[in-house]
Parts: sequence; structure tokens; C-alpha cells
Amino acid sequence: MFIRQKMMIQTAAAGLLLGASALAAQAQDTVKIGLIVPMTGGQASTGKQIDNAVKLYMQQHGDTVAGKKIEVILKDDAAVPDNTKRLAQELIVNDKVNIIAGFGVTPAAFAAAPLATQAKVPEVVMAAGTSVITEKSPYIVRTSFTLGQSSTIIGDWAVKNGIKKVATLTSDYAPGHDALKFFKEHFTAGGGQIVEEVKVPLANPDFAPFLQRMKDAKPDAMFVFVPAGQGGNFMKQYAERGLDKSGIKVIGPGDVMDDDLLNGMGDSALGAVTAHIYSAAHPSQVNKDFVTAYKKAYNQRPGFMAVGGYDGIHLIYEALKKTGGKADGDSLIAAMKGMAWESPRGPISIDPETRDIVQNVYIRKVEKKDGELYNVEFETFKDVKDPGKTKK
Amino acid sequence: MTTLLTILFDGVAYGMLLFVLSCGLAVTLGLMNFVNLAHGAFAMAGGYICAVLVNQSGVPFFVALPMAFIASALIGLVIEQTLYKHLYHRNPLDQVLFTIGLVFMAVTVVDYIMGSSQIFIHLPAMLEGQFNIFGIGVGRYRLMIIVICGLLTLGIQLTLANTRFGSRLRAAVDDPRAASGLGINVPQVFALTFAFGSGLAGLGGALGAEILGLDPYFPLKFMIYFLIVVTVGGSQTITGPFLASLLLGVADVAGKYYVPKLGAFVIYTVMIVILIWRPNGLFGRVAQR
Amino acid sequence: MSADHGVGEISLRRARWGHGETAFWLIAIAAIFVFSDRYLILTEMAWLGLFALSLDLILGYAGIVSLGHAAFFGVGAYCAGLLAVHGIVKEPVLALVVAGCTAMVLGFATSFLVIRGSELSQLMVTLGIALLLRELANKFSDITGGFDGLQGIVIDPILGLFAFDIFGKVGFIYCLVVLFVLFLLARLIVHSPFGLSLRAIRNNPLRAAAVGIPVNRRLIAIYTLSAFYAGIAGALFTQTTALASLDVFSFERSADLLLVLVIGGAGYLYGGLIGAVVFRVLQDLFSSWTPQYWQFWIGLVLVLIVLIGRERMYRGVMWLPRLAMRRMASPNRSTP
Repeated sequence: MFIRQKMMIQTAAAGLLLGASALAAQAQDTVKIGLIVPMTGGQASTGKQIDNAVKLYMQQHGDTVAGKKIEVILKDDAAVPDNTKRLAQELIVNDKVNIIAGFGVTPAAFAAAPLATQAKVPEVVMAAGTSVITEKSPYIVRTSFTLGQSSTIIGDWAVKNGIKKVATLTSDYAPGHDALKFFKEHFTAGGGQIVEEVKVPLANPDFAPFLQRMKDAKPDAMFVFVPAGQGGNFMKQYAERGLDKSGIKVIGPGDVMDDDLLNGMGDSALGAVTAHIYSAAHPSQVNKDFVTAYKKAYNQRPGFMAVGGYDGIHLIYEALKKTGGKADGDSLIAAMKGMAWESPRGPISIDPETRDIVQNVYIRKVEKKDGELYNVEFETFKDVKDPGKTKK
Repeated sequence: MTTLLTILFDGVAYGMLLFVLSCGLAVTLGLMNFVNLAHGAFAMAGGYICAVLVNQSGVPFFVALPMAFIASALIGLVIEQTLYKHLYHRNPLDQVLFTIGLVFMAVTVVDYIMGSSQIFIHLPAMLEGQFNIFGIGVGRYRLMIIVICGLLTLGIQLTLANTRFGSRLRAAVDDPRAASGLGINVPQVFALTFAFGSGLAGLGGALGAEILGLDPYFPLKFMIYFLIVVTVGGSQTITGPFLASLLLGVADVAGKYYVPKLGAFVIYTVMIVILIWRPNGLFGRVAQR
Repeated sequence: MSADHGVGEISLRRARWGHGETAFWLIAIAAIFVFSDRYLILTEMAWLGLFALSLDLILGYAGIVSLGHAAFFGVGAYCAGLLAVHGIVKEPVLALVVAGCTAMVLGFATSFLVIRGSELSQLMVTLGIALLLRELANKFSDITGGFDGLQGIVIDPILGLFAFDIFGKVGFIYCLVVLFVLFLLARLIVHSPFGLSLRAIRNNPLRAAAVGIPVNRRLIAIYTLSAFYAGIAGALFTQTTALASLDVFSFERSADLLLVLVIGGAGYLYGGLIGAVVFRVLQDLFSSWTPQYWQFWIGLVLVLIVLIGRERMYRGVMWLPRLAMRRMASPNRSTP
């Protein structure tokens, strides 16, 4: 162990001093993937899920595709865009990576976009969810989801299921605004009414005052979007305030009910209806195997971030198979376009026009199964494209 | 009217929680002039200890709370004796560097052991939900926080005012040199106080997990809030931070309820205004250092 | 490099340009050729160094502590970004000055709030201002781009001649030149009678007032100047990365800055620059070694620096730069 550490330090030092010139003279039969995710800071759990999923996939499928050895270089950007940009540039120029992947938050994905274009390196977005990301560069492909996909669906569903008055509680930052905008469009177009609109500061320890406002507005349901990680707190306080008993249902995009945290939320989460792209309870064999393997490896349930990573690396593998190992940006992107496969979340594909993901969106309800909480899917909206683009 | 009272109740509970969390920081700063930015790490330790006891070992919540207190107090004592003791006379910037270093290490260690996802403490059913008194919504959990924190505050105040240890402590704060001249074992008083402050933080962390959330980045996320309380309240007395916590808690909750659009600005604005009006804090006497 | 006749022998010797300093800047120039594949991190070191220099001006020379210096950095960054996006000032150097001046105005306005009060309330007021600005930038997302950051920043060639390249070479040289020029200016200022009066204030404000130094006015002046420097650092950041997002105002940025300066040592101008290099090198080393747990090792280094003592540590770890520094400074230089 000690020797290995020493070696690593020496390698790192050598890398720093000598730079890539020494590393550049590499055999051509490796394909390098630069995985840039937040591994520290508030977004760390996103990065860890993605990293876990990528490792799991490579364990299951081996590290050789189409005669090429796959090498993943993991970098931590702490979700700060200038770090992302520097790391992406160094990976491309010094480490000569063929693909950059990851990107926990939207600004990080934006920051790397010009580099992807300039260097013709595919950028596989595995987490960030703002609609316009894929338009920033012709080399961007997304395997996560957009907030529009889930928010419009839950809006349509609410109208159809007799919910007339909704109060909204969304985090006061771009993804929150996105979720709210898409939901509102579809919900009010169907005749629904927004009775109260509250935007919660991003760094917000206590939801009490906002929840009190929700309660006072007496809606049929409240539409909630808070970033992954705050959902648990939110649901706890929702129950504490007795909102679950006063008949105000929680609806929203599924980020709130992240499988990662769901079990810790306790019974207060029961009955919440969300629209999302993945549930650990998705009843397919592919998913069952995935969940079992993930739990076995990391002793924890995979969330939608893990699935984004799993599908991202799968897409890269399949694209390499299709190009026969050709790893230049243009061939890879061409191969990725239109690719369709069965993911743990269900059937998905990459839209050849927008390079964005097309997938089913499921309406789920939190229920108890074998003593654990799960999002149980009961309605499926098939092949949903990103509404942010189909409009144009 | 009832809404106003409900908001007031929520604000008081939030403020009480802030007080228990930051009281220890006020003590170390006022007493030892030591800038302990790692204070939140003790709170985090308490929270995680409580969570492990309740969730994994099945210890009842009300038993786990005092255990969290004792465990964090012990950790505090050990760290004080081994590390902090040597730093009391150092330059405040060195203290900042040191304690931030500790926070970084604590964050990573917890991340390594417990994972980076948020965790929750399973509460007994009796603490969940809300009941109504004359139309005022009273959350059971928040009520418990108010009771526990209120009793603690009372206890601390009485200890400081009426016991032998309290008078030694006050003497040591006012003038350590004279106090040790009078035969008071100042380092011992400091050590005990530090341990107690860490214990309180640990208890606060355990209590606050439900409302503030608990993850490895807790010490960094809430460091700002602790500092705000201590700065606004002044670090010379216990009542100062106490009243400051209540004020900030109520202002924050009420501000967010009545003008949600400006919700994020409330706490910072209140702090800046108070500090411009009273640069040494609401109840601070003279500037230290 | 002229010194006033009234200034004492010590300060005269201090103000003289030493061999060590020449060596320092020669190494910096050599970095352009030696580390040709690490321009981006070098650029970061350059603007971080300038940023730390701006904190050193108030902390090391006037004794004002700040935990919210990112406020000025952020204003400079957004200002440079907005100037470029809306094509108001296309030329980077000019935009740099405009951004610096904007930050300076903010610095002047807030200086009145900051210079009074104890160290702790200085820390918290500055922090509060930075956090308020962050919330403002989030609120006015139609101007700033909100959480997603300002979009569409394209920086024109410097002086219309040198375009920024993908490897960051031009960006680094640009930052280095700006850093050097501003460093010279700072050096001139701190060795001037004005700078000496600041040091008198830091050591004992009452005595300084008694000998007739207008304490408050001097503090306001240096705080404003420091804001200018921080604004320039922020503008350099935006111009070299073409980014401006909310985290330019973040608490972490201010806190890291304080760490950088304390690592390098305050009060001799080179501290911020050395701290920036050391901090970034360590960060890069640890985070490429263990992307998940690098913070632990950074924490450990900080703890060790304090426990072992900065002086002793540096004698071991980086005796060479230290040697240069010591040679640069006069034998009488008091260690920070």
C-alpha cells in the first residue's frame, strides 16, 4: 500500500514537472475518458454516484471495447465552473483524452462546452439538467434528463387527475426556475390555477416559513422542486407541519424523492406523487440486476444520478463498438446519434437531431415495499423529448 | 393573529437551536479568545453519533441525545488537551488556519466513513406532527427543542451566576492573569468549559439534524450562521448570543414568511445593520484584541 | 525607486530592489517556457496571487481583516463579463481598468462600514456584504445569468493584437504582466510615507492618531485601493476563463483567499504570491492523487503548518524560495 502511494506521488510529481510531453507518446490502443464530477463540496453525492456507476459498469463489462482499452481519469471540480474548465482543458491537451464526461451542475457543463467544440471531443453530460446545454456545442450528448421532461409531464398529469389549485415551492436558481416554468405552462394550459408561488433561497436551512405559506394558501397540491439533497429535509418539515394530514399533496419532478435519500425520509414521504425518469423500483430485469449489483458493491441504493452515469458509460462503450474502435470526436458523435438501448430506467435513446436523451417519464407514488420506501411507477408517458427544444 | 404566533413559535425554536449550536463558540471566543472555526465539526460529530446510535443500534432517541452530548464533550476535551491548548497564545490567523484545517479533515473523515449523502435520525412517533393550541400550530419536535434548549439556557445561566465554578469562570474571563494569581486553575477551567461547549454543539447537531439536515459538509455550511450569532450577540456574556439567536431566528423566519422574495437577504441584512449600529455586537462591552 | 529623505534607513533598505526579487520574477517568466502544458493552472496562480496581494494590502499593512473579499473579485468578474457580452468595452485592458474602478467604487462605499468595529465584526460585515451581493446576482438573473452564469462571454484580442488561445499561453502572459505592473505599484505604495503611516496604524491606531495621522482616511484609502486590486483579479479571472458565475462571490473563495495569504505570510507582498503557488500546487497534487479525499490532506497540511510553525516548515519544504526571499529582504525584516 505504502509503496503504491509513493509511486502515485512520484507519478503525480512527474506529471506535474514533465507534463504531458512524456505521456503523449502513448500507445494508440487506449481510449481515455476524462470524468469530471464534483467529488467534494455540497454536490459530492452526485459525483460519487456517477463514479460508482461508471466503475460498476466497467467491472461488469470489462475494460476493453473493440480492441481498445478504456481508461477513466477521475477529476474533482467541486461543482465550480472555472475548475471544470481548467480540468477539461488539461485533460484534453495534456492527457489527450478522447471523451470528457460527468458534469454535476449546469454551469460546469457550459464551461466545458467551448473546449468540446474547439477540440472536437465528445462531452457526455451525465447529470446537469438545463435544457439548453446540448445546444452549446455539437459535441455534447446527454444521458441524464432535462427538468422540462419531468415537469411538463407532472403538469399534464395533475390537470388530468382533478388537481385544480396548486401552490409552488421551488428553489431560487436556474433549475428551479426551469421546473416552475415548464410546470406552469402545462398546468395552466390545462385549466389549472397557481394560487401561490414561493421561491426558496438555495442555501436554506429552514423551510418552516415557506411551508406555512403553502398551508395558508390551501391548495389541492403543492408543486415542489428543491435540489437533490434538500428533499429529505423538505419532506420531514412538510410532515411536521401537518400538511400531509391537511390533504395537500406533494407533486413535482422526482428530484425531491431521490432514491438515494428516500428511505431516510420516513413515512412522511408516503403518498407523494412525482414524475421522473428513474425509480429503483422500476420493474424490469435490467433494473433489478443493476440495483442488486449496485447495492452489493456500494451497500446503498442507486439514485437517478447513478443511472445517468451508468447510461453515459454504456453509450460510450456502444459508440466505440459501432465505430470499431475509432475514437475521434466526429465518428463517436455520429455513432451516438440515434443510439437506442434498454437502460435500468427503461427504453431510452439519443435524439439524432438534438443529441439529447429521449426517454419514458413515469408517474410514481411513494409506497412501502418490504419495509422500505420506494417510488412505485403507475403510469408511463412514452418517449418524452426535451420540451425546451421541441417547441422551437 | 394565529399565523403570527405560529411564525413566532417557529422562529423561537429556530433561534433556540442556533443558540445551542453556537453557544460553545461564543464561550471559546469570549473566554479564550480562540477563533474556533472547527466548532461545527463538534456539532456534526454529535449529530452523527446520535444518528448511528438511533438508526443502527436501536438506542431510543432520548437516550441517544445525552450520549451525543457526552461523546462530543469527550472529543472536545481530548482535542483541547492535545491540540488547542498550545494555540491559545498564537496569532488569530494561525488559529483560523489551524481550525479550518481541522474542519477539512473532519469533513473528509466523515465522508469516508458515513458517505456523502444526507442522513436522518429516526424519530419516535410522539415527536412527529403538529398540534393546535387556540389555533396556533405547535410542532411537537420544535416544542421539544424549545423545552430542552430553554432548560439548558436556564441551567447555564444559573451555573454561571450561582456556583463556584461559575464565579471562577467569570473571573478567568475577566482577567486570566489575576484569576490564576488567586489560585484558580485557569487551564482546567478552560478545558472543562471547552468540553462543555463542544458537548452543547454536539447536542445541537443531534437536535438540528431534523431541521437543518446532516451531511459531511455541515461544519462548513453552518459556520457562517454560528459566526453571525456570536458576532451579533457579542462574546462576553451568555445572554448576548442567546438574545441574538432568538432575534435572528424570529427575523429570519418572519422575514421569509412575510416577504419571501427577499428571504435570502434577511439574515445578512439584519447582521450588517446591527453591526454598523453596534460594532461590538448587541451586548458586547469592549472590543477584544 | 526613490525614497523620501525623511524615511528611515531601515525602510530605505527595505524599499530597495533585491536580487531575490529579481530571481522570483525571472522564475515566473521562466514558467512560461518550462511549464508550457500547465498554463491554465499558472494563470490561476497569477490571478489568485493578485487577489491575495489585494488582501495583503489591507491585512498585512493596515490590519483590516476580511472574509468577504470575494465581493470585489465578483464585481470585477461580472463587470468584465458584462462589458464583453454587451460589447461596451471590447478591449480587454481597458475593460480591466473599468472593472477595477467599479470594484473600487464599491470598496469606497463599503469601507465606511468595515473600518470600524472589532476584527470579528470586520470579518462578518465583509462576509455579509459578499453574501448579499451573491444573492443579488442570483436575483437579477436577467442581467447576470443567475445560477447558470453569464453566457456568451467572448473576449477580444488584447490591444487588438493578441488573441486568447486554447492553451492559455496568451492568458498567462497577460495575467503575469498585469500582476507585475500592479505589484510594482503596490510595492511603491507600501514603501511610500503613506504605506509607512498605514503600518503605524496597524501597530497602534491610537498612537498613530496622536502623531497626526488621519487614521480613518488612510484606512478608507487603502481599503478602496485593495478593492481595486481585487476587482482587477476578478476581471482577469473572467477574461482568461470566459466565465462569470455566482461562485465568484462565494464564501469559499474568500476563505481560500485568507488561507492562501496566511500560508504565504502577510505583510511583505510576496506572501500572497507564494501562498497562491503553494496552495494551488498542493491542491492539484492532492486532488489528482485522490479526487475524493484531497481535502483531508490539504487540512493536514494546514494543521501541520500551524503546529510545526510556518517558519520551520518552510525552512524544510521550500528553503530555496525562502532563501531567495531572505536575500531579497533586509536582515532587519521582521517576520510576519
